[in-house]
Amino acid sequence: MSMAIAAERPQATAEERCEYTLRLADTSLVAGQRLAEWLGHGPALEEDLALGNIALDLIGQARLLLALAGRIEGRGRDEDALAFWRDAAQFRNVSLAEQPNGDFGHTIVRQCLLDAWQLETYASLAGSADTELADIAKKAAKECRYHWRYSAGWLVRLGDGTEESHRRVSEAVQDLWRFTDELLTPDALDARMAECGIAPPAAAVRERWEQRVAAALREAKLPCPVHQHYPWHGKRGVHTEALGHLLATLQHLPRAHPGVSW
Amino acid sequence: MYTQALDSAGSAAPQGEADEDGRLERFQARIDRDEKIEPKDWMPEDYRQTLIRQIAQHAHSEIVGMLPEGNWITRAPSLRRKVVLIAKVQDEGGHGMYLYSAAETLGVSRTTLIEQLLSGRAKYSSIFNYPTLTWADIGAIGWLVDGAAIMNQIPLCRCSYGPYARAMVRICKEESFHQRQGYELMLALARGSAAQRAMAQDALNRWWWPSLMMFGPSDAHSVHTAQSMRWKIKRFSNDELRQKFISVTVPQAQYLGLTVPDPELRWDEAAQHYRAGPINWSEFHAVLKGDGPCNRERLAARREAHEAGRWVREAAAAYAEKHGAGAVPARSG
Amino acid sequence: MNEDWVLYEVFIRSRSGLEHKHVGSLHAADARMAIEHARDTYTRRQEGVSLWVVRSSEIVASDPEEADALFEPARDKVYRHPTFYAIPDEVKNL
Repeated sequence: MSMAIAAERPQATAEERCEYTLRLADTSLVAGQRLAEWLGHGPALEEDLALGNIALDLIGQARLLLALAGRIEGRGRDEDALAFWRDAAQFRNVSLAEQPNGDFGHTIVRQCLLDAWQLETYASLAGSADTELADIAKKAAKECRYHWRYSAGWLVRLGDGTEESHRRVSEAVQDLWRFTDELLTPDALDARMAECGIAPPAAAVRERWEQRVAAALREAKLPCPVHQHYPWHGKRGVHTEALGHLLATLQHLPRAHPGVSW
Repeated sequence: MYTQALDSAGSAAPQGEADEDGRLERFQARIDRDEKIEPKDWMPEDYRQTLIRQIAQHAHSEIVGMLPEGNWITRAPSLRRKVVLIAKVQDEGGHGMYLYSAAETLGVSRTTLIEQLLSGRAKYSSIFNYPTLTWADIGAIGWLVDGAAIMNQIPLCRCSYGPYARAMVRICKEESFHQRQGYELMLALARGSAAQRAMAQDALNRWWWPSLMMFGPSDAHSVHTAQSMRWKIKRFSNDELRQKFISVTVPQAQYLGLTVPDPELRWDEAAQHYRAGPINWSEFHAVLKGDGPCNRERLAARREAHEAGRWVREAAAAYAEKHGAGAVPARSG
Repeated sequence: MNEDWVLYEVFIRSRSGLEHKHVGSLHAADARMAIEHARDTYTRRQEGVSLWVVRSSEIVASDPEEADALFEPARDKVYRHPTFYAIPDEVKNL
């Protein structure tokens, strides 16, 4: 009897599951909000449409995940309550997602680094012990595969395009690389979720992410920067200054009119 | 949407060229038989120019039209409203693309058309030079502006030029959700708090007259109507379409409990429809000339996107030059 | 520097088993981008399960001026159609 119990996986608490789900949800939401800023301002009409599609996928993922987090939490908060009524310190997105768009190259680099991580994470989560999360992840993995295809294609074109595009995109890689540490280094919650069979082991995600990103950088003729330790952790609510502004825009209208429907 | 019948420069005399071998006559006969004219078919130069001008204005309107609504994407008050708005603005970009493609079949490149827009020489629908000041404006645009657009566009699905007609079929099909989402949004506000209702009324006040102007100058002053009707580029007059819009929209406003901002609006018992008071055409012409509330901002935003995107377009072209047109960047991904 | 992308024509297979059909055109710098743009522009509402893109300059079209010579001669070959042949109603499976 005691043997059987010992062989079973540890069970995550509702609080832990909610917290972990919010990391995924908020990352998709914040990245989707950023990409949506491009609509009407892209370098070609076709890119406006492409970025819009990716934004729609990401916000769609966020809605499913926020709703799931709300159910796990059990306090009656729905997707909008979670999206519009939490402050920055309660957001759990990785800091990379909240970084401002900058120029198109900067956005592409941010998306590349993030898409590779989301793709590998969701692909692994498709086998999660949390079946509700697994169902969302299966859908999200397909979407992220396309997002990666789009952003990696552009990374290569820009890296191996003109002198100017090469310079711009290498600056963006240098600028954003510090935010990848948070993606790849597990904290206590990541480790706990892996132990419970809910999240993939961080080492596996890291290895596949590094292979994927290194191959794209090589083809783009861009050097792969050295690992940098990153001191902030959006996934624990310690964000950069950028998130406050993003949320001020995102949340102001419902907060100006509490208690109504839209 | 967003075609608008505009008076613009261009020869209005269709019979300028000599009718060698009765080509003009045969062309008109094809149109009279409701045959479609296709890109490589012979067509009178004036027909081609009229179409290029109209399709380009329509395309520019879609692209500029992304801006006032795009203005609220980051601030949509629920995630559902946010995805709907993104999808709608994205559709408008798609519609601009379909239309630029249709114009390109007439032998003018998208680059040329966009240069005309950015230099301020090309026109686009006056409606997009009005600001979106509150969230209710997003509802008003969907309900009124897309509503007016649909009235204008449905007849264009039967336009004599094949590529334009086919683009319009696709556009009309895709746009069927645009007006409904706008009305649904207005309904939520009309049934909401006092502040929300005030927001909805204010939006109707600001968008009503500009929406009526979208149908273009009154028939008495429209230069192109007669010839365009003969060529089946246009099928109803500006005033006919405007009246149709007023007739269907006034009861919709009443259902919302909102007041149409026209003290002279009255029910015409004989005609069995509502009649609007006089339109302020000097405002319309001022906005078209560039003196509307947001003309400068709209063009500046388009120019900025175009300039800021130049290095990106150049890089992609340079990459293709190096690696061949069949290049597949990041294939291994 | 050149910033103009190439014009491509787009063809969509709307369902498995059907042929690809022309739907419109777009601009792209390379083949991969053309497929992606076709996907984002023309299949936002599940319009297709497969895409073809072809550079517009590669399409060879018949000349409308020659339409009479090309297509009129088929008009009087009514004997190519099954309805040309009168078979008594009693005969089945023909």
